[in-house]
Amino acid sequence: MPRILEFTLNGSYRADAVADNVLLLDYLREKVGLTGTKTGCDGGECGACTVLIDDKPVLSCLTLASVAGGRTVDTIESLGHDGQLSAVQRGFHEKLGSQCGYCTPGFVMASAGLLRKNSSPTEPEIIEALGSNICRCTGYVKIIEAVQYAAKLHAQGMSP
Amino acid sequence: MNEIVPAHNIGSYVPMIDGPEKVSGRAKYTADLIQPGQLAGHIYRSPYSHGEILDIDVSEALRLPGVKAVVTGADCDKTFGVLPIARSEHPLARDRVRYRGEPVAAVAAIDDATARKALRLIKFKVRELPAYYTAATALAAGAVALHEKKPGNIERDVLFELGSVTNGFADADLVREGTYNCAEVCQNQMEMHAAVAEYDAVRERMTVHASTQVPYYVHLMLSQILGMEMSRIRVIKPHVGGGFGCRTETLNIELIAALLARKANGTVRIVTNREETFITHRGRPETDIRLKIGMRKDGRITAVECECDQRGGAHSGYGVVTILYAGSMLYAIYDLHNVKYVGRRVLTNTPPCGAFRGHGTVDIRFAFESLIDQMATEMGLDPFQVRRANLLHAPTFTDNDLMVNSYGLPECLDWVETQSGWSERKGKPQKEKGVRKGLGMACSHYISGASKPVNWTGEPHATVKIKLDFDGSIVVLSGAADIGQGSTTILAQTVAEVLGLDLSRVRVVTGDSEVVPKDNGSYSSRVTFMVGNAALDAARNLKSLLTAAAARKLEARPEDIECLGELYRAGAQDKGATFDEVVTEALKDSGTITVTGNYSTIPESHGGKKYRGSAIGGTMGYSYSAQVVEVSVDEETGVVTVDKVWVAHDCGRALNRLTVEGQVQGSVWMGMGQAMSEETAFYNGLLLTANMLDYRVPTIQDSPPIEVGIIESNDPYGPFGAKEAGEGSLAAFLPAFTNAIADAIGIRFNELPVTPDRVFEAIEKRKRNSSRGA
Repeated sequence: MPRILEFTLNGSYRADAVADNVLLLDYLREKVGLTGTKTGCDGGECGACTVLIDDKPVLSCLTLASVAGGRTVDTIESLGHDGQLSAVQRGFHEKLGSQCGYCTPGFVMASAGLLRKNSSPTEPEIIEALGSNICRCTGYVKIIEAVQYAAKLHAQGMSP
Repeated sequence: MNEIVPAHNIGSYVPMIDGPEKVSGRAKYTADLIQPGQLAGHIYRSPYSHGEILDIDVSEALRLPGVKAVVTGADCDKTFGVLPIARSEHPLARDRVRYRGEPVAAVAAIDDATARKALRLIKFKVRELPAYYTAATALAAGAVALHEKKPGNIERDVLFELGSVTNGFADADLVREGTYNCAEVCQNQMEMHAAVAEYDAVRERMTVHASTQVPYYVHLMLSQILGMEMSRIRVIKPHVGGGFGCRTETLNIELIAALLARKANGTVRIVTNREETFITHRGRPETDIRLKIGMRKDGRITAVECECDQRGGAHSGYGVVTILYAGSMLYAIYDLHNVKYVGRRVLTNTPPCGAFRGHGTVDIRFAFESLIDQMATEMGLDPFQVRRANLLHAPTFTDNDLMVNSYGLPECLDWVETQSGWSERKGKPQKEKGVRKGLGMACSHYISGASKPVNWTGEPHATVKIKLDFDGSIVVLSGAADIGQGSTTILAQTVAEVLGLDLSRVRVVTGDSEVVPKDNGSYSSRVTFMVGNAALDAARNLKSLLTAAAARKLEARPEDIECLGELYRAGAQDKGATFDEVVTEALKDSGTITVTGNYSTIPESHGGKKYRGSAIGGTMGYSYSAQVVEVSVDEETGVVTVDKVWVAHDCGRALNRLTVEGQVQGSVWMGMGQAMSEETAFYNGLLLTANMLDYRVPTIQDSPPIEVGIIESNDPYGPFGAKEAGEGSLAAFLPAFTNAIADAIGIRFNELPVTPDRVFEAIEKRKRNSSRGA
């Protein structure tokens, strides 16, 4: 049974008729066409689909689209301003926190969520915040460096 | 006036040139290619492990509204496979199914829900046959052969003895033997397999987008399976979310998508789920090893005898090559003589294995480095001393004719020994509150591309084109498949370096067979070495053309022209011509410039003819790695924590220090997964670990700091001296880890993965034995 889903997506108002059983992940990718958010597993195992709802990281593969009603959803496509990468995006790019890039949107959104809540996280706080995201390329060493660098850029005034 | 100097990038920290797309979600992977009107493809998979197919009834599925096409084995009688000698696999099973999950039929429908519903309407009947889930049962007398042409279920056996192991063991002061078992593991790359096939019925052309490491092999197999001329096929490789070897051969996914698209006269997108990605497999086989080594008091190895059985799964895939690598790559790391190897690649009713990172070398290296560590301890020798007693001296050829030109292993050993504080800390295990710490070390190596490609055509090993046009932008055209390892960046760096230009001048186009020159693909760590050399050649050819044009413009001799990147001049006093002016001059004769660069390996690197299959293992350059691993073992719970890893990798020359570090850290970490937690498990052929919770990949919380030392041995044949960096450091982690556990608690683990259960059990067993003894 479709219902009208009204919410704020990447800073803009949006309304769609969405069936009750549609996952937020599938809605974003297939209905809206925002394919930056990735499907990496069969549900809740890898974190590649992480988006922010009201600034908090959630797994969009375990979230019904209807949950977003009246709330604010930010995907990887929302980051960056004036054509420039955001602090977290720069961190992952410049410190090689991203290799194949497939888990990257999930890591970037989880990190952005962390920095929105805690602008200068310690290493254990970074590790805790990224504990449910899997990366198969980096061994995570450079991901930690990427977030630390992003926090520095954020401290200089860049948005996360 | 600022002085113009050539720009340099080689040897610095260069972020990947396609990084901005990846961090912003703009990078398109195959599953992201969503178009209106596209059909959803889904695969019906065998619920039986082994059976003779009696009937596949798809009539009800076909009648379901919204279903546009159904294909089964009846639609294609051709076989595929990466090795020309072992093409035994049908994209959709015919006559027989050989593993649970093997594709049997596929449906294209207007949407996923309809396609899934249609799958449930397919009726599949088989006469079940005995199924074998271990190498031992498949090899047992009277076992039914999975493939008629492979009696006894042996895909390939290998035997060689070079020198005399009898004499070698007689010369030894200590002879020890061990048995080792390494569980099957798989790549579990983050992007699940996907393919989008588009059939143009009017022109009879097929375009396939595939998540592959080998677009050219996909092209070959599409032609074979579809019975279409290669010129009617186009293969596009979008961004690929990791490979680690599971995509180094054509997979049934892209073939099935194409069969469906042709039958439906449309576009079909197949995106497999994680379970199907696990079942498609192509991981590292379960391996049983019996190893015997003779050693003298000074640590010199006098003989090696090795038996290796690999549980290969239901089809060959790369299997023949894997079992050969395991034997040949005993060599080329230490100075060995008197070596005997017996290898058996066994066919079983499990998903087919493939060429996982470190192909063929990893499990053997685990056994080898474990046994010599054990022997070192027994003889009171430092493990570093044992390695140093067996070093090669490059340039040299090994007993099995592998050519070693550069050899940075001694420097790797020195680096990790110093950085880890080995000599002060080793052998002084600390204990705090039931947690014991230990240090272990080991070495490994890998090839920089196989000297002979699996599809030998007589062409160069690599070809790169560079296009230069009126706009002055340098466009590098290459078929090299960037799967996240950064090959596109390396090609841009190479060309920019030769021309002395900033990296931003260079664009790289890859991954579309309609545009780029053929490339064999990204496997066996061949790209930086081979395609890098071809790019170097192409860039030098372009530079010659530009230098000649500059000479004409400046009315000077070409040999007097100095290239400063953005400026060409005839001597320091000449005001010269800008790069753009030189380009304009160069285009006057020929219009758009296209130059070609090629690379071929030299015959000396092709291996000898000492035994059947001895060409496998040959390369132009071996990378080397040494590692020290520090662990903490909790004796109460059996939990082992890796506190830190020090790894030194000889990559010849680091063209990009950032990506070399990233590759080495990733390799070490992937070795850690295999050593500590990863394994596939089956119950009567049903894959139990087909998700990322049960197939346990280390999380960020399980993962240690990994300190990387880059050793540069400057290979005489590598581009700027470079060798591979993405595989060689994986294998050493496994034995360095178990050697560290042995150092901490005195128990040696010869079975992988070393889970807390196994550690706990071993500690309890020792307690029981010692209380019984007391």
